[in-house]
Amino acid sequence: MILDGKCPAGPLSEKWARQRHELKLINPANKRKYTIIVVGTGLAGASAAATLGELGYRVEAFCYQDSPRRGHSIAAQGGINAAKNYPNDGDSIFRLFYDTIKGGDFRAREANVYRLALLSNNIIDQAVAQGVPFARDYAGYLENRSFGGAQVSRTFFARGQTGQQLLLGAYAALSRQVKAGTVRLHPRTEMLDLVLVDGEAKGITVRNLVTGRIDSHAADAVCLCTGGYANVFYLSTNAMGSNVTAAWRACKKGAFFANPCFTQIHPTCIPVSGDHQSKLTLMSESLRNDGRVWVPLKKRDARRPHDIPETERDYYLERKYPSFGNLAPRDIASRSAKEVCDEGRGIGTSGYGVYLDFSDAIRRLGEDVIRQRYGNLFEMYEQITGEDAYRQPMRIYPAPHYTMGGLWVDYNLESTIPGLFVLGEANFSDHGANRLGASALMQGLADGYFIIPSTIAHYLARTSPGAAGPDHPEFRKSREDTEALAQKLLTIQGRKTVNEFHRDLGRIMWDHVGMARSRESLSTALQLIPELRNEFWENVKVPGQGKDLNQELEKAGRVADFLEFGELMARDALHRNESCGGHFRAEYQMPDGEAQRDDENFCYVAAWEFRGLDKDPVLHKEPLTFENVELAVRSYK
Amino acid sequence: MNLTLYVWRQKGPHAPGKLARYEARGISPEMSFLEMLDVVNESLIREGEEPISFDHDCREGICGTCSQVINGVPHGPQERTTVCQLHMRSFRDGDTIYIEPWRARAFPVIRDLIVDRSAFERIIQAGGYISVHTGGVPDGNALLIPKENADTAMDAAECIGCGACVAACPNGSAMLFTAAKVSHLAALPQGRVEAKRRVCLMTEEMLRQGFGSCSNHYECQAACPKGIRVSFIAKLNREFIKALPRGTNTAPPSPSHGTEAKE
Repeated sequence: MILDGKCPAGPLSEKWARQRHELKLINPANKRKYTIIVVGTGLAGASAAATLGELGYRVEAFCYQDSPRRGHSIAAQGGINAAKNYPNDGDSIFRLFYDTIKGGDFRAREANVYRLALLSNNIIDQAVAQGVPFARDYAGYLENRSFGGAQVSRTFFARGQTGQQLLLGAYAALSRQVKAGTVRLHPRTEMLDLVLVDGEAKGITVRNLVTGRIDSHAADAVCLCTGGYANVFYLSTNAMGSNVTAAWRACKKGAFFANPCFTQIHPTCIPVSGDHQSKLTLMSESLRNDGRVWVPLKKRDARRPHDIPETERDYYLERKYPSFGNLAPRDIASRSAKEVCDEGRGIGTSGYGVYLDFSDAIRRLGEDVIRQRYGNLFEMYEQITGEDAYRQPMRIYPAPHYTMGGLWVDYNLESTIPGLFVLGEANFSDHGANRLGASALMQGLADGYFIIPSTIAHYLARTSPGAAGPDHPEFRKSREDTEALAQKLLTIQGRKTVNEFHRDLGRIMWDHVGMARSRESLSTALQLIPELRNEFWENVKVPGQGKDLNQELEKAGRVADFLEFGELMARDALHRNESCGGHFRAEYQMPDGEAQRDDENFCYVAAWEFRGLDKDPVLHKEPLTFENVELAVRSYK
Repeated sequence: MNLTLYVWRQKGPHAPGKLARYEARGISPEMSFLEMLDVVNESLIREGEEPISFDHDCREGICGTCSQVINGVPHGPQERTTVCQLHMRSFRDGDTIYIEPWRARAFPVIRDLIVDRSAFERIIQAGGYISVHTGGVPDGNALLIPKENADTAMDAAECIGCGACVAACPNGSAMLFTAAKVSHLAALPQGRVEAKRRVCLMTEEMLRQGFGSCSNHYECQAACPKGIRVSFIAKLNREFIKALPRGTNTAPPSPSHGTEAKE
């Protein structure tokens, strides 16, 4: 099937205005008759639930955390982009649009990305009005800083906690609606199934994580704002609870999953220190402005960094990319680190790490200047590693960080299931094959504050409210299926814990579907994943009861889904015979190691239809057409 | 490292709880405190016992989910550090460690180390926001905000809502949490419009939720992983006095005498 993104016609800059004019409306008195379910309360979910509540809809908001304020958007550090052009440095909506399209290696929809750039300015205004304490200069004006992939300063920030402050802004708006009675909160509640009635999304089945009770909630439309799937790698910068379950179970009910192989590996994270490691912590990549990346020339060199003379060090980024040096783009820096470690030249006890050395910068600028620039990061590093990076080089290694792929949505953010909308990182829409820094916050909030309130009405206006209740047979069946799945997990009582399976899966994904993939590695993964999945269903040990608080059971359900989803990821990566953005296929590279994109054959969105685990998923394509930008080789030479 | 742990185990809100003894063996100093508990849990599961339930999520010190009292100190011995960022190198081989949940009347135990902090939600819902609709707002630079005000607002807004302040307070008071939100919004021109009403509604709710009063122990500041200062409590009191005699339609209760008004 050729998918249609349903982008409105007309000039790029008028598409969104035209679309809003053409979308149907619901009159204020009728809005309260409609119930909308919002799953997830990160930036996308909290902003959507708050805004839909303000408009007068009845909103049911769900999150697995104990409070909606704890969605993982809260951990975003750097900032949020907007095309305000306050610094007068030549920025514009079109430039933000162009940078984002190019950064995504020309694998995103023009109309969506332009709308994102257009709405970016409204987000800043909205956040300021909510009391988000963005950084200001001494005259009281908003400050900007520059970020990767752009030559202008367009990033707004609140110290190193921009995600936290934006989320608390959205959470405040949400709390106000809870008080007003338009939004009902369901914390510590996890969505485990999507319920379809006559082919349309009409509710969800959830598990109360405190009592273990399984319930259904009926609604007139469902919004999934459930984040990304980087935890398929086991170790990532995501929160421990971040998972693919809601999206994957929607996929199993008929929503197509788009570009699952587009994952972003961030180059500067603190390396793994042992098998016990449960998560990875990101260090802002601004550190690469002053730090020099190197490894020993000799393999398995156990000397301390200070004892390795200059002539026996390999500053590999400076050597390979003389013009960009240590500031080479994220994907290239990550891949190069992996290469030198695979050669056996990695550092640290695990051999999977490289040095980020500040000694030259400290000699040149003095320790005080470095402290001013990166003091908080050095502190965080010391807190985690116990090492003083002023005295010895930092150890860093790449880590999975963000997933560009997600459920396929059209221009209205509606999936292939009518009535199912997908927002934020959970959808695939705006970042193509690679996301630029400070763009994730922008997308989550654009979707939630400004897009969904307009587009969801267009769907609702065609339905009559309250068509199906939780007593409908489809809901009953969904509850039974969900109960049965939990029961199945509890009765296996094998010998391996859920964490062990998750760790094994992560190893497969990292080794074979990670930073550099090949036909061979992906074929291996496609063999190993089903084997591990089979072992899981025979040998997993989940203690405790279903009707109880049971954190192992929660994890088991999520890992079970990752074990299915990981296979789709590998399959998508295997089918895409090109390298673009975060997807690097070893067979498709230029002689100098740059990614070799194939616009002739792969300039499309790959959307996969699930047809059962025993059948191959079906590939559907949405061709990408570029009318306003020219497809160019993404060169950083 | 080998450690002896005494961990609070409690089946449910109404079940009696007790400290159970566990041996944590082969712990490496690089592990975080929660990773040490992961190791203990993995061995409990293998032995057929129920693992210790505890709250955690981001494991990078920002989501505010983790909540454990370690050797009597909320978030443990390291200053300005959440449990998830505490590492085992802060302990020595052979140490005995006591691990308990937040203890406060307003935070009932759900199970083991997990408590119910929804009372914090209700304080925010009472008025911890600026009543702005989405859309129709002026340009972000329309209202200039002096840098010192923006910085003060940010200092207060850094609160992660973990509840360590309440757990540390001998009165189980939520004054630091409430003060942080009141001060954040009161420092900004956008937040001034509703400042009187906000401080009254939030303090009223704080007392209704069963939190105690502030009697200036400053334990909250010592326990706060984000370094929120008690001077914000002074700011809260100042905002409260400014709201007198008439901030809301109802007579505002005094935060310093509130508990007496309760049953």
